[in-house]
Amino acid sequence: MLGFLGLESTDELFRAVPAAIRLAGGLDLEPGLSEADVSVELATMGRRNLATGIAGSGLVCFAGGGAYDHEVPAVTRALAGRSEFVTAYTPYQPEVAQGVLEALFEYQTFISRITGLPISNSSLYDGSAALVEAVNLSVAETHSSRVIVSAGIHPHWRRVLATFAKGTGHEIEVVKLVDGLTDWDSVPGDQGGCVVVGFPNYVGAIESLSKARSLADRLGALLVVCQDPVSAGLLQSPGLHGADVVVGEAQAFGTALSFGGPYLGFFACADRLVRRLPGRLVGETVDLGGTRSYVTTLRAREQDIRREKASSNVCTNETLMAVTAAIQLGWLGTAGIREIAIGGARAANYARKCFSQVSQISLATTAPMFREFALRLPIPASVAIDRLLEEGYLAGIALNEGYEGTDLEETLLLAFTERRTKEEIDHFVTAVRKVVSR
Amino acid sequence: MIEQNLRPGAGRAASAPLLGNASEPTLFEFSSPGRRAYSLRTTEIPKLTAEELIPAEYLRAEVLELTEVSERDLVGHFTRLAHRQYCVDLGAYPLGSCTMKYNPKLCDEAAALRSFAGVHPSTPVHAVQGWMEILVELEEALCKITGMAAATLQPAAGAAGELTGLLLMRAYHEARGDHRTRIIIPDSAHGTNPASVTLGGYEVTTVGSDDRGFVNVAQLKDALGLDVAGIMLTNPNTLGLFEEDITEIAKLVHEVGGLLYYDGANLNPILGVVRPGDMGFDIVHMNLHKTFATPHGGGGPGAGPVAVSQRLVDYLPGPRPVRSNGGPSEFTLEQPQHSIGRVHSYYGNSLVLLRAWTYIRLNGAEGLRRVADMAVLNANWLRERLRGIYDFPYDRPVMHECVISVSSLKKTTGMRALDVAKRLLEYGFHSPTVYFPLIVDEALMIEPTETESPETIAALADALIDIAIEAEREQAEGMELTSARAPKSTPVQRVDEARAARQLVSTFDARR
Repeated sequence: MLGFLGLESTDELFRAVPAAIRLAGGLDLEPGLSEADVSVELATMGRRNLATGIAGSGLVCFAGGGAYDHEVPAVTRALAGRSEFVTAYTPYQPEVAQGVLEALFEYQTFISRITGLPISNSSLYDGSAALVEAVNLSVAETHSSRVIVSAGIHPHWRRVLATFAKGTGHEIEVVKLVDGLTDWDSVPGDQGGCVVVGFPNYVGAIESLSKARSLADRLGALLVVCQDPVSAGLLQSPGLHGADVVVGEAQAFGTALSFGGPYLGFFACADRLVRRLPGRLVGETVDLGGTRSYVTTLRAREQDIRREKASSNVCTNETLMAVTAAIQLGWLGTAGIREIAIGGARAANYARKCFSQVSQISLATTAPMFREFALRLPIPASVAIDRLLEEGYLAGIALNEGYEGTDLEETLLLAFTERRTKEEIDHFVTAVRKVVSR
Repeated sequence: MIEQNLRPGAGRAASAPLLGNASEPTLFEFSSPGRRAYSLRTTEIPKLTAEELIPAEYLRAEVLELTEVSERDLVGHFTRLAHRQYCVDLGAYPLGSCTMKYNPKLCDEAAALRSFAGVHPSTPVHAVQGWMEILVELEEALCKITGMAAATLQPAAGAAGELTGLLLMRAYHEARGDHRTRIIIPDSAHGTNPASVTLGGYEVTTVGSDDRGFVNVAQLKDALGLDVAGIMLTNPNTLGLFEEDITEIAKLVHEVGGLLYYDGANLNPILGVVRPGDMGFDIVHMNLHKTFATPHGGGGPGAGPVAVSQRLVDYLPGPRPVRSNGGPSEFTLEQPQHSIGRVHSYYGNSLVLLRAWTYIRLNGAEGLRRVADMAVLNANWLRERLRGIYDFPYDRPVMHECVISVSSLKKTTGMRALDVAKRLLEYGFHSPTVYFPLIVDEALMIEPTETESPETIAALADALIDIAIEAEREQAEGMELTSARAPKSTPVQRVDEARAARQLVSTFDARR
């Protein structure tokens, strides 16, 4: 090949790189290893992680906060792991990308039904990214940069929102919680870009969407709901109760806990907002022969066409997680999504009853809950979590960051899924009782 | 030599089970009342009703209808969808600037290990020391590769990395009481660059390219001023050319107090050859899903770490995994002093980061250099094979990709770049990137990558030559161009994109 180019060495391929800046002596990295050797290193390092699992084989997981330990069956892993889905690029050539496109069309349908809104994009990076995009859309739509955010939104998402607001100049106002629910009455004024509420919120409480809608109406703002999509198996879909935009984290549908990523940000909106939709959208059409086909559509919204006038810079998204979610939701089906929703709610309800009988432990809020709630312990939650690791439990999340100085600080946020059994909860309650009285 | 030993079908996916012509119904059309695929753990928890658990005012009135299918039908459906999908594992995917290389299967296996994939992101840091070690070692390796001081692994993709980089620039200037308003971008830049600039709160100033395809330095000088926060460059640029004036550009930008941002979309050809830090860049984002072996997943996930020079380290997003003083293998989290804050819910796309760590470990210093060698060799070799057939708008040796033009062929035959791309699908190859960069008329942007064999690249070149000859012959004989109606042998033919936008049907429920 070099001969065909009239070259004698591969070094000559890099003639265009000025000699003064070329790297002398090569990269300062270790030599490459065989697959077998790298596997050994991975196994060694893996032993220094405490992964979730079932009792006796991994930590029993009571942590949630946007990352949930749901059942992922063999069929989801097998199908989502197919190399046609894993090793494809963005479907720029629809004639050879109907597989991914149709799966995304199904994903968009599922998300539309879950959120109760007619338009869903084909994914964003994660829940926080979806929230940032929802806020950007709202500000563009309303021409108001005032962003009203409930303190019941994931504290990390609020931090991400604050980071990106430094570029866009949005003014973010966080509304405090009272007994787990957002204190909307404390918000003054008569104008705003959006009102952001969790449903259920980060501390597990089921917020009133009608109260949030009323505030949005008073401010002339859009209502953005951060939904736990699993809740839709039991709870109202926010789009049917006044939300203009519904976003959130859909890791729960087939994606492993994955140390936080890659996850799946979902984004749904009302029809009238479709021209401002961030990310890719798959639409149905026909080919030259009249055969039903799928293609990415309304492309004129996207960054590669609008460039500096684009309202979003998203290009790469989380297609593989969206395809995974379509498979998982197909596996769950109508009955299954209700089962995992009520399964989490029953486990949470059962655990709450058990803990209510333990002296020294109290509920941090009395608001109605879905599958998560916070406990006040006689010791700081972060201390309890460390002690409970030794007992084989990932005991939850200590409400610190984002709740400093509130009555929720150092309370323990617990989450439940359909995977938690009565036996696991019973033993967990015993373990908590033990470590708090140590 | 390759020419004599060429196997005509090498590397083509023409024999793949792409089942043509019949559409696959959606999963919703398979649905039949009462069918189930799911089964869940037996929990022994009392089976309270929804009304006993949750106040009725919050409960949904109607059942949430998804689908009702058996596991067998679920598998059949998604397997048939898979058969309608091209992918790297099937054949070559020469999409320019996308770096669609084959990825070692060990990377997939690493990402599936329960000891990594089963870890909840809120697990205390002392219980995830294996993860911390991966993240810190990856950061260190990426800094060595780019010649930078430190990096954040949080950004979930390239565009997120760009915006992070711009916010770092903003924080740096503002900390010095220096309010700057503009970012310079060449006209050959990726679309994410100007979009990110707007979201970063800056205005875009575009500078042109000169007749060599490089940044027009005279125009750059005119554009520079004390209100310029920085410049975003891709090097090699989107023409596949190394910006030979890069040290002068760096000097000019730094002289007015601006910073240099390196769009690492095209990092593949410089591994072990030259480092952005040595070129004078202050901020570098990397697309791990391009260069460091994450399959693209049909559009994601990716990971877009951002590495910075020493003067920007204190502004990096936090918390950051760092080595602690406790011992050589002890790690902790640290918040940089003037951190811009989080840009991701947790640590970034961790499993993508794990794949990149695995890839770097497999390749090592020499393996990564060989990636660059082979990527550049393949691109140049392919390009030379096409000389005299297609136009070479900026005719210089290239790095990892080449941009050729169908402009002359279009004038003589009417065949457009899009037609070439569609016809190529029938040869069992994915199409190159088309109509990009914007500064080339009828552009085909071809990146063969380092992982395709000489036989495959020869077969790809032959296919592109065949398509040109066919169009010339058909035009001479007064026939309709085959390429204008291509592809025919794919799962569907050319699709009506205008109709999709005009009559939007983006869910099954929107069908009439």
